[in-house]
Amino acid sequence: MSETLLELRDLKKYFPVTKGIIFQKPVGWVKAVDGVSYAIGAGETLGLVGESGCGKTTTSKLILMLEKPTGGTIVFRGQDIQALQGDGLKTYRRNVQAVFQDPFSSLNPRIRVGDIIAEPLVVNDAPPKAEVKARVRELLHLVGLNPSAEYLFPHEFSGGQRQRIAIARALSLNPSLIVLDEPVSALDVSIRAQIMNLLQDLQQQFGLSYLLIAHDLAAVLHLSTNIAVMYLGKLVEFGTSDDLRYKPLHPYTQALFSAALPSHPDEQREELILSGEVPSPLNPPSGCRFHPRCPFAKSVCSEVEPVLKTAAGGHQVACHLY
Amino acid sequence: MTQPLLELDQLRTYFVSAKGTRVVKAVDGVSFTLNEGETMGVVGESGSGKTVTSLSILRLLPPAARIVGGEIRFAGENLVAKSEREMQRVRGSQITMILQDPLMSLNPLFTIGEQIAEPLRVHRSMRGQSLVERIKELLRGVRIPSPEVRMREYPHQMSGGMRQRIVGAIGISCEPRLLIADEPTTSLDVTIQAQYLSLLKDIQKRSGLAMIFITHNMGIVAKMCDKVGVMYAGRLVERAPVRTIFTKPAHPYTEALLNAMPKLTEKTERLWSIEGQPPDLANLPPGCPFSPRCPKAEDRCHREVPPEFQVGDHHHTRCWLWERR
Repeated sequence: MSETLLELRDLKKYFPVTKGIIFQKPVGWVKAVDGVSYAIGAGETLGLVGESGCGKTTTSKLILMLEKPTGGTIVFRGQDIQALQGDGLKTYRRNVQAVFQDPFSSLNPRIRVGDIIAEPLVVNDAPPKAEVKARVRELLHLVGLNPSAEYLFPHEFSGGQRQRIAIARALSLNPSLIVLDEPVSALDVSIRAQIMNLLQDLQQQFGLSYLLIAHDLAAVLHLSTNIAVMYLGKLVEFGTSDDLRYKPLHPYTQALFSAALPSHPDEQREELILSGEVPSPLNPPSGCRFHPRCPFAKSVCSEVEPVLKTAAGGHQVACHLY
Repeated sequence: MTQPLLELDQLRTYFVSAKGTRVVKAVDGVSFTLNEGETMGVVGESGSGKTVTSLSILRLLPPAARIVGGEIRFAGENLVAKSEREMQRVRGSQITMILQDPLMSLNPLFTIGEQIAEPLRVHRSMRGQSLVERIKELLRGVRIPSPEVRMREYPHQMSGGMRQRIVGAIGISCEPRLLIADEPTTSLDVTIQAQYLSLLKDIQKRSGLAMIFITHNMGIVAKMCDKVGVMYAGRLVERAPVRTIFTKPAHPYTEALLNAMPKLTEKTERLWSIEGQPPDLANLPPGCPFSPRCPKAEDRCHREVPPEFQVGDHHHTRCWLWERR
């Protein structure tokens, strides 16, 4: 494994549930992220998979410092980011950028594309105008857009092109990690492949790391080096994309695979359709949080919470079956 | 051979601007047939005319759109020639539709029970206890637990998957012969999507209804459909039985769509991407609309619109490459 860039150690984020309007009393906690640990290596892609409400987006917000963790630490290049101040904090922020799902709402409709891409540069370094302009041109070229795009507004572009603009903006400060939150799910099928290829090219060219959040399992497998599967705020399985593709261990991962759509009508797969829905994170089930939906649940599963065990090759799974 | 349940014959639906100066050919000569109990998948990108085709079948088009030509024969009757009054008797009773976003298709101010009751009251004149029984039966049919309680609740009290199942229950309440599902699972999680798709299959097995599945996802097609129509820029560029589409795609667009999909079971180094953007329907290129993006395009493709060629059994495509054969 390559050098570790970012590491999450027992990361926790609890949101209070309050009652009352003025004197808000906390009546419970939503454990959106509950003790998650994993590492992203330099130049690697970590795929984060799970259903809605499993804490994927909260994890990314914690990494982007948009939320403060309740417990645990995020370590970037050996430093705890909460301890960062001044220049150190600034360096971290420029090193971690984001691309969001919906390119229609992540770009300001009243600003020209050139200014959108230049904004991070201007805010951080304030280089001379000519330099900014040259850099914007370079970035547009990198993401496969025409240099004349600089003078246009976001509404003049299609979804795929807008996503390219968002990527160019994320690249402008030469970050080392980009958080990709569902980067292709709002795009048309024929455009998705273009964007995925572009992301791979950029990763190779600049040695970028990605944190990829998506629910399309096939796309995550295709892009990721390692994959973390989350369920109700917990990490249930972690492994390389080959580990997960060929031998998923956790029943939840197996169910996700079985629920994913086939690529050919003759493709035969074990049918493992989960009954029920994701329980409320306000009141998660006791023991293993997955046990009410798990087809292999034993009595121990409802009592004892499984810990993450490491199998061969760094493949980790939290399940009593192993 | 028996008469097909639904037959679209050269259907053309255009959007015309107020002064009639701009015409967008949203659906341009689409033909296909669908038999009782069959499932047809209509695949295409946004703006390819999938949804307008299905809205044309139901005659629920927005005011600017007009069916300018062609016929829609449903059980032998031409729906295009029907009056609005006659159409009302078809909609919701013979043909129903499930839309993408269940929150948009349910009224937040009425209980679930009320909303399922409406088509039954209108089309089947059901009242009283028999109506209540039927609602419970339908809710059980879509696997909603404790229907007595749930029917008195409102849409906001349900999860996304449950709402979509309620919409499904409304859709099948009058035992229609054709169900059109327009991207019914895009807003759902994968495990819930799998539940919903298997539910729809069950319902189909029980009642023998025909379905049209509108989607952009080839995976859903592989899982659910018997035959497929691939739409591009308002035209059906290829139609074939589902296995043929996946094993021997004839149109370069279909081929590209299949190759652009990452596979779950095997590793691909790089995806095959289709360069360029989907065309602007108001400003189509001359010739084949796919020609600017087509890797196999020849001179002729840029000049003349290809007609439909027969490739094999029930396999048709609109591509010049198949002319010689």
